[in-house]
Amino acid sequence: MIEDIQKFFIGLKASGINLTIFYDAFDFERFVSGLLTTCELVLICTLFSVLIGGFGAAVLTLSRGPAARIVQAYVALFRNTPLLVQMYFFFFAIGSLMPTARNGIGLPVPMIENFTWAVIALSLYAGAFNVETFRAGLGAVHNSYEEAALALGYSRRQAFRYVLVPLGLRFSFASLANNLVDLTKSTTVAYAIGVAELLYVSNQIWSDSLNTFEMMNVMLAIYLILTGIVVWLIARLQAAMRLPGFGAS
Amino acid sequence: MPVIDASIFAEVLRWLPFVLWGFALNILMSALAIVVGTAAGTLLGLGQISILPTVRGASRIATQLFRNAPWLVLLFYCIFLMPYTVTAFGQTYNVPSWLRATIGFSVPVAANLSEIVRGAIGSVPKGQWEAAEALGYGRMAILFRIILPQCVTRMLPPWMNLYALLITATPLASIVGVEEALARTQAAIQSQGSSDLLIPMYLGLLLMFFLYAYPIARISNAFERRFRPV
Repeated sequence: MIEDIQKFFIGLKASGINLTIFYDAFDFERFVSGLLTTCELVLICTLFSVLIGGFGAAVLTLSRGPAARIVQAYVALFRNTPLLVQMYFFFFAIGSLMPTARNGIGLPVPMIENFTWAVIALSLYAGAFNVETFRAGLGAVHNSYEEAALALGYSRRQAFRYVLVPLGLRFSFASLANNLVDLTKSTTVAYAIGVAELLYVSNQIWSDSLNTFEMMNVMLAIYLILTGIVVWLIARLQAAMRLPGFGAS
Repeated sequence: MPVIDASIFAEVLRWLPFVLWGFALNILMSALAIVVGTAAGTLLGLGQISILPTVRGASRIATQLFRNAPWLVLLFYCIFLMPYTVTAFGQTYNVPSWLRATIGFSVPVAANLSEIVRGAIGSVPKGQWEAAEALGYGRMAILFRIILPQCVTRMLPPWMNLYALLITATPLASIVGVEEALARTQAAIQSQGSSDLLIPMYLGLLLMFFLYAYPIARISNAFERRFRPV
């Protein structure tokens, strides 16, 4: 079976389409590890960015004081500056202040490696967009719901926790799907600080095997599939959490 | 943490013109890319509502393909796969890498604009099409004289947001060797050879982009409130 696939792609090479990843074990392994790293980045950053977004939106909704100001400044700063410069700022500038450890042969290695910096930068960047998304979702819940909850004896905090959040979350899905698609696409920027994700390994493969055009198309197809999966998962989640008679869908 | 004293501040100021000239290239690339992307995206968006199935299908596929592809991947596409020289009128011109990067930025801009155009046209109530048809307007006349003029104000805020997204994407060009603001910042830090400059230089660069992009976002928000369809 595997040999048949390899044979097919070796035959394809003769006709000018050189997809080394399907018959060369070394390229295949590199490619799969890059794909896994990309998936890891997407999953971890999704988790953190949603947490940041939820926390930020809660602060903006519940408070008017300095805490809200800080969140607003964070959102404005991270949304209006380049992700790549943010990532360099974390990796090179902040990274230069971090302590280093020594590895087995006594060479200095940074305590926080590039993958971690990529997670930090991507989570903060996507988190800023999620704050806006969740805040808008909470804002879309009509005031009468909160008033009704308060009239029933809920405190403001309880009304937020048990009424506003469950309803607001349902208004946020479309915009959240958009943000997470953008996050998936943005993981390619981690290439710039040397994280061996899909773009990075693809670059290595086409440098070695001189099949730039083929690898680019494979990469494009993979990102389309990944963003498609993200959209599909959010749609599934949205359908599972649907309240009959509430909201647009 | 290194103390940010006057001498470091003076160093940053000394490099400021050098980086600012790089930033001018960021602005130039974004300006060209938004012009090309808007023109191509409008055509693509109109193609998406075409009554010809092949045009409609092709426009939809192109839009989805380039909208969901990472900017950096599209940039690599244009940098590696576009010709390095162009021969026109018997003369051969080199295509500089910044120009190829600009075209690389135009592609996702066009795809995003295509969706903005389609959304704006879809947001005009269907009754207007029917009313205009009843008054004897042809499809093209309805589109260009009744529907599209109403779309302009609806498209302005998302178009400005797209531009803000574009300007913050332009530093990606430094990865493929374009000497814009980020590349120049790195060059300045390297030639200085001291890590004291790392934080102030990168903060300065972030501030530069922020001062340019933030007002655009604010104006876009103001327009959005002003033009919100009732």
